[in-house]
Amino acid sequence: MDSFKEIVNYISNPTILFTTVVLVFPFIFPPSDWFEKWHRRLGLHHLWGTKFIVIAMLGMVAFFMYGLGDYNFQKIVLKPDNVPISGLIFLVAFFTWLAMNQAYKNDERLNAGEKPNEYFEAPNDKVLVWPDLVYVELISLIIASAFLLVWSIGLPAPIEEPANPTESPNPAKAPWYFLGLQEMLVYFDPWMAGVVIPSLILVGLMAIPYIDRNPENSGFFSYNRRRLAISVFMFGWLVLWLMLIIVGTFLRGPNWNIFGPFEYWDIHKLEALTNINVSEIIYIKWLNKGLPDSIIIREIWGISILLGYFLILPPLLAKTFLKDMYARLGSVRYSVFIVLILIAITLPIKMYLRWMFNLKYIIAIPEYFFNF
Amino acid sequence: MAEQTKKSFLEKAAESQVWKSIFRGGGVPRNRRQRMMSVLNSVFLHLHPVRLPKHAVKLKFTWCMGGLSFFIFLILTISGILLMFYYRPTIEYAYTDIIDLAEQVPFGIMRELHRWGAHAMVITVWLHMFRVFMTGSYKPPREFNWTVGVILLLLTLMLSFTGYLLPWDQLAIWAITVGSNMARAAPFLGHEGPGASLLAIGDINFITMASDARFALIGGRFMGEAALLRFYVLHCIGLPFIIMIFMSIHFWRVRKDGGISTPV
Ligand code: HEM
Repeated sequence: MDSFKEIVNYISNPTILFTTVVLVFPFIFPPSDWFEKWHRRLGLHHLWGTKFIVIAMLGMVAFFMYGLGDYNFQKIVLKPDNVPISGLIFLVAFFTWLAMNQAYKNDERLNAGEKPNEYFEAPNDKVLVWPDLVYVELISLIIASAFLLVWSIGLPAPIEEPANPTESPNPAKAPWYFLGLQEMLVYFDPWMAGVVIPSLILVGLMAIPYIDRNPENSGFFSYNRRRLAISVFMFGWLVLWLMLIIVGTFLRGPNWNIFGPFEYWDIHKLEALTNINVSEIIYIKWLNKGLPDSIIIREIWGISILLGYFLILPPLLAKTFLKDMYARLGSVRYSVFIVLILIAITLPIKMYLRWMFNLKYIIAIPEYFFNF
Repeated sequence: MAEQTKKSFLEKAAESQVWKSIFRGGGVPRNRRQRMMSVLNSVFLHLHPVRLPKHAVKLKFTWCMGGLSFFIFLILTISGILLMFYYRPTIEYAYTDIIDLAEQVPFGIMRELHRWGAHAMVITVWLHMFRVFMTGSYKPPREFNWTVGVILLLLTLMLSFTGYLLPWDQLAIWAITVGSNMARAAPFLGHEGPGASLLAIGDINFITMASDARFALIGGRFMGEAALLRFYVLHCIGLPFIIMIFMSIHFWRVRKDGGISTPV
């Protein structure tokens, strides 16, 4: 059994975990015909069948039960403020399944030329709010209250030592719903991870209905006819949002090092941290001379890379891969969309640059606190 | 006479003057007309339309997550008010008041209800957003209501965040320190943010440690009394007030945009 724990610890390392998830993801939520073909061939559509969710839930329960027998796992999972995140894992798994299950059923109906399950014939198919809705609401309220009461009686709210501004805990963690942002601090400076990216997440969310605005296929669960939109959203929400929170909560230990769920939180665990900037790679490693004095000359490479990424890549894509999309969205919507997507993609890009080349900043101008 | 004896206690009560004065119209809703009137005549229920497409009342479709978010918000308001009876937002008392709450108040689970409720609300709001996305319900004409929803999401997180500081224990201040240190790096507005040094006349910087975004947030250069008071006021009055305004807009727009979205 110890080897099982070791395997879990090993694959919990973000390099492996994240790579696996990124590779598997488009086959689970196929964004295009090609992936759709393989999705079917690999039998992944069975994920949204009834059998699978039962197996998955049982498997997850079994894993947690088994894990709770382990001291290190128990310590991190049973920390009172982490309990909701375990709940979140189950809830998100269940509701993703519930949405996709209904979506696939509707897809089949639509393909067969039928109306979606939610379709109704006005006005005959309308029901009265009293009693049909008020009862559903009442029952939901009672279940929710009971659930909260049991939770509150069973699990005391945490209270630690009185605040002491001079003695910082190791690790010092933000509240769990912000741990995805804190996780980004590993790869970005605070002005990006803490200010610009959160703002752009909000702007990006708000922009969704102004970019994907075809009122068709709304009002019912469906996948196939909206697959690109859903695939992109799911990647942002499941991988960049929830998975980073789970990594930040369960896997980050002292000195913000990665620890597997069954690993002892060793304060002395050392990780080589000699990260370098693009300018250092170019001037010191390749050209074998010192960094130039002028900031502009020093950073011109990083600046060019970023300018290319944000100014040349979008029109290039508009002419090639995303031609159809450009025609559909028009220039303003396309620009907003592509810039938001490109910024979102800088996160995985910076993760891999860090893991592969120990790259710290593409542009590093600490003189003006401008590091990217 | 025979008919009279069949009437249940509830039905009799429903015909009394008191009942009729409280529930406009009176009577127990039995037939179609009465049922419709019972929705129209109630200030709470008339948030709803009288009739709905049948999928809109199905748990499988809405997951009831928006409704639960609102319900949990109400629970948080009530338990929060009760907590305010005991809690004083000063460095001297905050921590000990929380300890007292656990030790002195019989059957005290208000703090638990409030804390776990807050976590639960973040989760229900996320799941609600997820459901709205998956049913494509953000598409026209509901695009603005989706935007209002995003603001509600932000406000929910901020309510949770400001509340996190109040117990004034190690967990609280360090979590908030990590969070509010970000403000220090805000572009232009934080004293360690890119561009802040541009906001200067000659040698005089406008954005310093004592005037930047972080200073505004925690009311000082360090986590202390002022931060606690600011977070307390925002948590108990400022943010609930704002979120209630946006919730009203949200609910009103659900109705005005044609109710729960339906297939065309
Ligand atoms: C405090 C947080 C929120 C509360 C209390 C709330 C409440 C509600 C309620 C009660 C409904 C009716 C239908 C349902 O229950 O699904 C609804 C619908 C809706 N909500 Fe929210 N909501 C919140 C946050 C959000 C967020 C974060 C979003 C999106 C980003 C959002 C977008 C919408 C949209 C577009 C609808 C219309 C759905 C439809 O027509 O099917 N809401 N909301």
